[in-house]
Amino acid sequence: MSDLTVKLPGLNLKNPIMPASGCFGFGKEYAQLYDLSQLGAIMIKATTVETRLGNPTPRVAETASGMLNAIGLQNPGLEKVTEQELPWLEKYDVPIIANVAGTTTEDYVEVAKKISQSPNVHALEINISCPNVKQGGITFGTDPDVARELTRAVKEVSAVPVYIKLSPNVTNIVSIAKAVEEGGADGITMINTLLGMRMDTKTGRPIIANITGGLSGPAIKPVALRMVYEVSQHTKLPIIGMGGVTNVDDVIDFLSAGASAVAVGTANFVNPFVCPEIIGQLPERLHELGFDSVEQLVGRSHRL
Amino acid sequence: MIKQERMQVINQQEIAHCIFELTVQGALANEMAEPGQFVHIRVADSFEPLLRRPISVASIDLEASQFTMIYRAEGRGTGLLAEKKPGDTIDVLGPLGHGFPVEEAEKKAYLIGGGIGVPPLYELAKQLNACGIETVHILGFESKQAVFYEDKFRKLGETHIATVDGSHGTQGFVTHILNELPTDFDTYYSCGPTPMLEAVQWAYPQKKGFLSYEQRMGCGIGACFACVCRTTKSETDYIKVCSDGPVFPAGVVIS
Repeated sequence: MSDLTVKLPGLNLKNPIMPASGCFGFGKEYAQLYDLSQLGAIMIKATTVETRLGNPTPRVAETASGMLNAIGLQNPGLEKVTEQELPWLEKYDVPIIANVAGTTTEDYVEVAKKISQSPNVHALEINISCPNVKQGGITFGTDPDVARELTRAVKEVSAVPVYIKLSPNVTNIVSIAKAVEEGGADGITMINTLLGMRMDTKTGRPIIANITGGLSGPAIKPVALRMVYEVSQHTKLPIIGMGGVTNVDDVIDFLSAGASAVAVGTANFVNPFVCPEIIGQLPERLHELGFDSVEQLVGRSHRL
Repeated sequence: MIKQERMQVINQQEIAHCIFELTVQGALANEMAEPGQFVHIRVADSFEPLLRRPISVASIDLEASQFTMIYRAEGRGTGLLAEKKPGDTIDVLGPLGHGFPVEEAEKKAYLIGGGIGVPPLYELAKQLNACGIETVHILGFESKQAVFYEDKFRKLGETHIATVDGSHGTQGFVTHILNELPTDFDTYYSCGPTPMLEAVQWAYPQKKGFLSYEQRMGCGIGACFACVCRTTKSETDYIKVCSDGPVFPAGVVIS
């Protein structure tokens, strides 16, 4: 039997598969469908200090092999997440990675400090890459100096290891990765969505009310793979890779490129059982490829 | 309970211009609890189109483990769905959402539908009739070619048709008919375009009503926050059309 376990800062994963933040809410909806304890981890929806109502609708539009979204970090706010959502998830044997977002450094620090103290939060994912909010989000993730300083500030207050979620909407993603490494990050998650848009051909208007949205789904997998491959060559930080993962072979590809674990996003909307299905198929696929463990695959492409 | 199942196509036919009636069979049909619930269908096993399509349920046959959907084939996704033939299987997720509360009607109900909002009212009418409730159907369509199920509704009760171009029934919108009808009903149920729902709500501010809303969806189960609406219940809260709705009591949704 292949060994699916993965050890990462703060995370002893029983397998490398986890739903990506923003695609899984706080788990309640998918808990109606399967036992969440099967998952390697859960990256919960972004939490901000205050309650956020997000952007106007329409918030989603389908594209070729992908989708655009501009939800706008809608969430019930720090207090409700720590008092209602996180305790509810404690009944599952699954580590939680809490996604932290904000408008100012102080916001990030406040959320990181409090949410990292929740008993089932094993790591933070700092969202410096959301393309759908006017302030905060991506503005922290496109300048290496700003990204480094934010990482430092969050690291100082966090009770658990800190992963920084990188944006693909930059010229040089390696420079951002190096900056957050200097800032003391424990790991990297990548990639967030690619900024895009879609028009209504009849009217000429953009379909998404926010004009632009974040592109996700199978269409972005080649970009995500390339970026994981590049970043893994230039930092020592472990990477949780994501971007267009829909099946077990996509997981193999991300591990080969240098990711230590893999998050599944948009595919949950297409097939709500995709995560447990991939977890079920992974041992046999590893065996077919001649590997005994997930860890043997990590960064395989760099050794060839 | 929500299930995902490859259901077998039993029948598919075009019943009006670009309007298709599709019947499928499988255990999932037996999970249907309320008229007005919907299913989320994957129209192709490929990545293109990628997302599922929310389709409303027009009729449920628990004995045969079948249900029937009526949809307009207007885009690539529903176009592919229209190509499915008896014997094919399709990936269905459902039943989803909360439907029309049948038990809220007392003696007489108005069922007001527009276009592709008409189908869920058919199962509702059947269930209300089975409970001894008199139903009056007021249905609006674009034109004569788009009208469907008129005879089926007539068998269940008084039925009025409006068409925008006047090619069948009353010319105009359903509200033109509503203005002429008595208000001796206790409950109304409505499904159709949001401006129509608004107009119906304005027409009967004193009546008990239930409205089924449409919104672009991602997941269909409440996880993605794509289909949210503001609610009159709280300024800092929201409701999701897919999982909190699609049916809401009148006065709850700010559209």
